[in-house]
Parts: sequence; structure tokens; C-alpha cells
Amino acid sequence: MAAPQFKNPVVRWIDYRLPVFTALHHEYNEYPMPKNCNYLWSFGAIAMVTLIIMIVSGITLAMSYTPSTTMAFQSVERIMRDVNSGWLIRYIHMNGASMFFIAVFIHIFRGLYFGSYKAPREILWMLGVVILLLMMATAFMGYVLPWGQMSFWGATVITNLFSAFPIIGDHIVTWLWGGFSVDNPTLNRFFALHYLLPFVLLGVVFLHVAAVHVHGSNNPVGIDIKGPQDSLPFHPYFTIKDTFGLSIFLLVFAGFVFFAPNYMGHPDNYIPANPMVTPAHIVPEWYFLPFYAILRAVPDKLGGVLAMFGAIAVLFILPWLDTSKVRSSNYRPIYRQFFWVLVIDCLVLGYAGGMPAEGIWLVVARVAAIYYFAHFLIILPLLGKLERPRPLPSSISEPVLKGGGHYPTAAAAKPMEKA
Amino acid sequence: MRAFKTLILAAALGLGLTGSALAAESAVPPEQEWHHSGIFGTFDKAALQRGFQVYKEVCSTCHAMSLVSYRNLQALGFSEDEVKAIAAQYQVPAAPNDAGEIVERPAIPADHFKSPFPNEQAARAANGGAYPPDLSLMAKAREHGEDYLYALLTGFEEPPEGVTVPDGMYYNKYFPGHLIGMPPILQDDSVTYADNTPATLAQSAHDVSTFLVWAAEPHLETRKQTGVKVILFLLVFAGMMYAVKRKVWADAHP
Ligand code: HEC
Ligand code: HEM
Repeated sequence: MAAPQFKNPVVRWIDYRLPVFTALHHEYNEYPMPKNCNYLWSFGAIAMVTLIIMIVSGITLAMSYTPSTTMAFQSVERIMRDVNSGWLIRYIHMNGASMFFIAVFIHIFRGLYFGSYKAPREILWMLGVVILLLMMATAFMGYVLPWGQMSFWGATVITNLFSAFPIIGDHIVTWLWGGFSVDNPTLNRFFALHYLLPFVLLGVVFLHVAAVHVHGSNNPVGIDIKGPQDSLPFHPYFTIKDTFGLSIFLLVFAGFVFFAPNYMGHPDNYIPANPMVTPAHIVPEWYFLPFYAILRAVPDKLGGVLAMFGAIAVLFILPWLDTSKVRSSNYRPIYRQFFWVLVIDCLVLGYAGGMPAEGIWLVVARVAAIYYFAHFLIILPLLGKLERPRPLPSSISEPVLKGGGHYPTAAAAKPMEKA
Repeated sequence: MRAFKTLILAAALGLGLTGSALAAESAVPPEQEWHHSGIFGTFDKAALQRGFQVYKEVCSTCHAMSLVSYRNLQALGFSEDEVKAIAAQYQVPAAPNDAGEIVERPAIPADHFKSPFPNEQAARAANGGAYPPDLSLMAKAREHGEDYLYALLTGFEEPPEGVTVPDGMYYNKYFPGHLIGMPPILQDDSVTYADNTPATLAQSAHDVSTFLVWAAEPHLETRKQTGVKVILFLLVFAGMMYAVKRKVWADAHP
């Protein structure tokens, strides 16, 4: 990779001393992408853009927001009513959190389907799981800030979980609260952390992207780039492709912001927090529901907390749980079916998490929770040994060039040819 | 591509499911026609003014609406002078005078709506222990929003056989648990409309619900109008990006 010749003398002057332009050129211009990557590969860039949108809208909100139990609710309403375009900024931030999770969930399931967590991308994958954890912490604390009923009661329920740990549990909770209940000190520290964590997130995202660029992106076939015929430079091929993908995502985003801004929220959060009145059902934001279902599926409180964190821990060690060497599901006929069962299982968990934890829904949540862990801890380790994968093509361009139905990948690779 | 489509579908399904999972269990309020619903919805100004009249003459004896200011009423089509006159009907505490006393002064457009009770305890004491909640955000603070408000206001009825309604409580088909501490205060001709619209219960319930939507979401019209422009822009932009993408990729497969 020879250093590019920059025409602009200022750019050349800077680059000679600090080669940022060369770095950008390598990473985002000539960086070779597998030519068969489909639109599922746009969701990384989409998530990145959403993070930036969240940071910009969040900082703008923070200019008019007051983190105090007596003023928080009113200050958010002031943003909604009196601050110029305040309603827009707040609705962008509110729905942006949901859109962020949608993008990242699709991104994660893409990784699960195409085996993107396998060697040599284990650290890349684990950084992704750290990103998910940070996002969850950030969104949880952000949801407390408007100090509505769900803010308050959600914070109370979730922070109380830590009391399940023996001996130190109660101390952790008091320490988290900064007092003896969720109150002003809690709101203040949550605001401080909600402001901080997105920037930590940005740092981890940087490492995540740096890790992708070491061995390059995975692709629908799941085999490495064998030569120049297998890849295309990132720019203009994937910059334009991702821009198109992003604009479709923004269309959906705008649809929510302008026409259904409260659809993904809970009406109770438009009632100011009241420690004396418990809402009929305390439900977290939709993106937490699968985890909430797992939490409540376990009869024991500590067990529930451990299972909930375990649900993420299994993702963390996934590269070692999946014993198959073949990455892409397109060549793993049995795993592919289990993948879709897992998707359905997660949707069922999400649904059960939004229902009262009793009767049939508790049973459903239990079965789905057990299946979730069985998928990662039993099915994946065994499947790698038992399943007979289909023969892999000798290179990425082989099935792409044939373009027909010879290989199962054709389905995934098709948009690349026609679009 | 198939996998992609299925994923999107699954995600959409997941959203739909969780959305409906959050709905409460009590009698579902029937959907009503609203001028402000839909992509191009705008407020019916006449209905807003009538709704304000209902709020002012009926509801405001019990319910506060403290997030709304008199100046906001200009959005209903009232002129500056009319708003000044409306505000001046209320007495609010002034800033302490030189002697340190707090005297009353007429409200000005910048003041928030005056609350009927000084605090929650006083409101409960006057309502048999039940608290009439602030109505500023009511249209967004209940499942089914304005449909629920309309249903609630028109949903008072005789209790079914075997249900005893305690003193000071009333039976309402749509209130969770059915026993509500609010009397069926809104009736036919509770108000006499300035524009001579017959003030049936259905009409005034519809009008005041519209007014409550405006109170909860005063920028609804701007939001939808901006939304149409943004979506149009994004559609054109996406179309252009798609065209460029096809062009760029045309030579990608020799
Ligand atoms: C005589 C006093 C009084 C008047 C007048 C009154 N309300 Fe109420 N309202 C109450 C009380 C008390 C409650 C609380 C009921 C309870 O929680 O059981 C209430 C509750 C409500 C609720 C909340 C129901 C819920 O889901 O919690 C709404 C909405 C409402 N009133 C609307 C109105 C409207 C609109 C008007 C004017 C047409 C009005 N009220 C007039 C006393 C009143
Ligand atoms: C990872 C990115 C972020 C996520 C996922 C996130 C998530 C959230 C969520 C879910 C809410 C509650 C929305 C509501 O119901 O009103 C919220 C509120 C808020 N966030 Fe963020 N946020 C992020 C970044 C930021 C940043 C960088 C700031 C800058 C300070 C910020 C400032 C605020 C403020 C002031 C509020 C309260 C106002 C409101 O509730 O509308 N956020 N955030």
C-alpha cells in the first residue's frame, strides 16, 4: 500500500507530519471489501451514524435539561413546548435510542447468521458485546432522566436487582442510589453517567472498527478474500451502498419521529414520578424486554439476575461455544434452521417480557429462556461436531460469477449483481 | 436477500408484538374520527376553542393544567387582546411588594394556567379523597390517548347487576377498575357554545378531548408538516443514492 499522492498542498504538508489523510485513505478509500457483502453489512455504518445522532441530540437536550427531582419533568416539558425545535430534538433522541437498538440487533443477528464472530474476529466480536452492554447502561440511565413514573419505577426495580447478591447486595444498592431510595442523588449521578458513557461507547466503537480493519469484513460466503477479483475498494462501492442503506433507515427513523413519536414509549412516562403510586405494570423499554423475561423466568431473585447477565455472557464466549469451522449459515444447513429458531425465541422472549409474569406467559418465558441458553451452551457445541457442512466455493467470486442457483449463497449474493 | 427480508420482517413483527403487549386489559375505547389524526392531520381550530371553553367552564373547577400558559392560547386562533382578556379573569399571587406582602394581581399571558387548588391535599379534600390529575399531558399519559378521553367522558353508566358503587364513586365503563372518583360532570348542554354548536355530550366530549390533545402536544401540526417534507426529501435522496449506486456498481462484475 503506497502512500497516496495528495494534490492539495496543505493536505500534503499535514500528512507528511501527521499521516491522518493516508490513514483515512487506507481505511475508507482503498480498504478492500468483499464484493459480495449485502445490505446487512450496512448496519455497522448505520449504528455509527445513529450514535453520532444520539450524541449531538443529547448534548443539545442537556443544554435545557435540569437534573433535579423537582425540575426534571418540567424541564423536559419546557424543551417540548418552549425551546425552539425542542420537540424535534427530544423526539429524535427518544426514538433514536430505539433505532440504535434496532440497528445493533440486526447487526448482531447478521453476525450470528454469517459466523462473523469466528477466528480471527473473536476480539472484534467481544468488543461488540461490550458496546451492547454500554448501550444498555446508557439507555437505562437516559430513560430515568425525564423523571416520569416509568423512569422512577424502572430505576427502582432494576437497581433493586443488585440487592440479590448475598452480603454486599444491599450495600451496592445504597451506593448506586446515593441514599436510601431512588432520589435526587440517583438522578444526578445517572445524568453524569448518561453524559459520559456515550463517549466511552465512541471509544469502544473506534477499537471495534480498528479490529474489523485488521482482517477485513466477513461476507455472506464466509471465506476469506483470495485475491483482488474477490474485493472492491470501500470507496466508492461501499460508501454509496451504505449511504443508500442509511437513507432507508433514516426514512423509518423519520417515520417514527414525525408520525408516531410515542409509539415505542410508555404513556406512564408522561406522568411525573410519584414514589407513593406504583404503576399497574412496570415494563422496561422494548429493547430490554427479552432480558427482562429471562430475569423474571427464574423463580429465585439472584438466579434471575445471574441468568439475565448470563444471557449476555454467553454471547461473550460465543466464539468458543460454536465449534464449527464453517462461518456462513449458507453452508450449514442445520445451524441455519437453529438460527431462525433462535430469532423466534428472542421475539417470544420479548413478547413474554412485556406481559405480566404469571400464568401462561411465565411458562412461555421459562421455556424460551431455557431454549436461549440451550442454543448457545448445548446446540452450538454439538452441532459443530455433528453437522456436515455443504462444500464451500473455492473463492468469493466463484459463486458470484456463476450467479445462478448452484450455491445457496446465490440468494444472499444476488443484490450485489443486480442492484 | 431472503435472509435480509426475513430479518426486517422479524424486527417489524417484534415491534408490533411488544407494542400490543403493552396495551392495558380494560374495555378498549372505540376509535373516533379526529381532524388531527393521520399524516396530514391539522387541528380543527373551532373545535379547539370550544374544547377550551369546556375545559374552562367545567373541568377547570377540579383539574389543573399547569404546563400550559395563557399566551399559548393564541394557537387556538384567539387574538393577542383576547388572550390578555382571558388571562385577566384570573388572580394570581404577585411578587412580594416592598412590605414583603404577597398580594394578588390579574394574570398576564405569560402566566401558566391557574390551578384550582393550592396543593394535592386541598384537591383531594374537595373531591372525597380522589385526586383530579393535572390535564396538561393527559392525552399522552393514557393508552389510546384521545379515544380513551372521549370514551371516559361518555362512558358513565348504570353499574351492572351485583356491582355496588360506594358513596362518592361512579361507574365508568372505560376507567380501569370501573369505579371512578369523578362525577359524570359533562352532560348535554353543560356549556353554551359561543359559536352556537349544539353542546351535546358527544360534541363537548369530542371538543374537550381535541383540546387536551393540543395541550399535550402543542407542536403536533408543525411536527406532521415538517415530517411530510423530511420524508419527501429522504425519498428523493434515497432514490438518487440508489441510481448512483447502480451506476457505480455497473462495472463491478466483468
Ligand atoms: C368535580 C370535580 C371534577 C370535574 C369538574 C372534572 N373532573 Fe375529571 N376527575 C376528577 C377526579 C376526582 C378524578 C380522579 C378519579 C379517580 O382517580 O378515581 C378525575 C379524573 C379525570 C381523568 C383521569 C382518568 C384516569 O384515567 O385516571 C380525566 C381524563 C378527567 N378527569 C377528565 C376530565 C375532564 C375532561 C373534565 C371536564 C369535562 C373533568 N375531568 C371534570 C374530578 C373532576
Ligand atoms: C449512546 C447514546 C445514547 C443513548 C442510547 C441515549 C438514550 C436515552 C434515552 C432512552 C433517554 C430517555 C428519552 C425520553 O424518554 O425522554 C435519554 C434522555 C436524555 N439523554 Fe440520552 N442517550 C444517548 C446519548 C446522550 C448524550 C451523549 C447526551 C448528552 C448529554 C444525552 C443527554 C440526554 C438528556 C439530557 C436526556 C433527558 C431529556 C429527555 O428525556 O428527553 N444522551 N437518552
